[in-house]
Amino acid sequence: MRNLLAFLYKHHFIFVFLLVQVVCFWLMMRGKNYQGSRLINSSNRVAANIYEAEANTKEYFSLKRENAILAAENAALINKLKTNYIAISLNEFKVHDTLYKQQYQYIGAKVVNASINNRSNYITLNVGSSSGIGRDMAVFNSLGIIGIVKDVSSNFASVMSILHKDIKVNCQLKRDGSYGPLIWDGRDYKYCLLTDIPTHAKIRRNDTVITSELSGIFPEGIMVGTIDSYERRQNEPFYTARVKLSADLKKLNYVYVIKNRYKAEKDSLEQKTQTQSDK
Amino acid sequence: MTNKIAVNIFRFIVLVLLQVLIVRNINFGTYFIMLPYVLFIISLPFETPRLLILGLSFLLGISIDIFYSTPGLHASACTTMGFARYYVLKFVSPREGYDVVVQPTIEDMGLEWFIKYAGVLILVHHFVFFYFEVFRFDEFFRTFLRVILSSIGTFLMVYLIQFLFYTKRFRK
Repeated sequence: MRNLLAFLYKHHFIFVFLLVQVVCFWLMMRGKNYQGSRLINSSNRVAANIYEAEANTKEYFSLKRENAILAAENAALINKLKTNYIAISLNEFKVHDTLYKQQYQYIGAKVVNASINNRSNYITLNVGSSSGIGRDMAVFNSLGIIGIVKDVSSNFASVMSILHKDIKVNCQLKRDGSYGPLIWDGRDYKYCLLTDIPTHAKIRRNDTVITSELSGIFPEGIMVGTIDSYERRQNEPFYTARVKLSADLKKLNYVYVIKNRYKAEKDSLEQKTQTQSDK
Repeated sequence: MTNKIAVNIFRFIVLVLLQVLIVRNINFGTYFIMLPYVLFIISLPFETPRLLILGLSFLLGISIDIFYSTPGLHASACTTMGFARYYVLKFVSPREGYDVVVQPTIEDMGLEWFIKYAGVLILVHHFVFFYFEVFRFDEFFRTFLRVILSSIGTFLMVYLIQFLFYTKRFRK
């Protein structure tokens, strides 16, 4: 016993170091599962407030670009105005629309913090659970997809960017609807990889890639990017395509968060079916 | 003594803010990431107790982690660096030991000594940081390239900060 204590005392520096490393590892592992990461991340209040002040300052530098995008979006919306259409007498048509229910709801948000240089990148938004944001909601802007909400506090949301090593969003080719998961290889913030496209798909350069309903998070048809190049994987009947992202992840300012109102219902049904068939 | 503590607290805050508000916005791609906040650990006084260095390194790492949303990652790299500092200092110490009045800066110890000392420590930090960040081995050589290039970047940045701000007025 005495020897053991003497040994511990002699090497106490190393043991303290190992203990601290264990704590760091525990934090890292806890950060990997979603709920646990709440304590230390940028939705933390102090960090988020500093970042919000920084974003408020930086906002002025991109006003011109932001205005151009908004003007284009406004033009698209004005085209849909009622006054642009010929009115048909209401006596003839009176439709109580009970066939359609709104499935996706859009919430505007401002980016207060974003990174693109790490292997796993995150974005912080200035909206949180008090604005109805929750986990696994999709984030995009008028140019293309941005990421998936990972964690929320009451006033901020932490978003896993599509530039993340664990990202996997099901996307499809607009041309023929063949789909595969979109991943990021960590090389360039402008490009992602669309894997597992079957070789019988008609794929060409500059084809448009859009989100697929199968992702369960994004609604179908949100722009992702265009095919830059593609090659067949060795000994496998699949293509891997390099996708040029249409959204500029380096210049983010205002984004939309998509709330899928039927996601909980769909998920619980799928889970129920799976557990039943497992029995 | 109190003065030294005050200077170090000031340096801690300034370096964390410099890292998260300015350096974080400098983009040279994923291969060239600068983390000059490690200068805090590098420039702690020679006579700091080694356990205190471990504690301060952990604190520094956690502070950066809060801003980078990477729980434990910077903390782990920083503590490894603080741990290595004790042995590196022993290894590069001059024959007569360290003087009480000198600080681990280029100005006091010379450029050659500083490259040996800070270079090794930055390499240790970046090695742990980048491999733990990726956490898999199929990108081994790419990650290695990131470690080397980023270490060079951080060292240049550290050199620049020392050159600009560590003048005589910091030495009390």
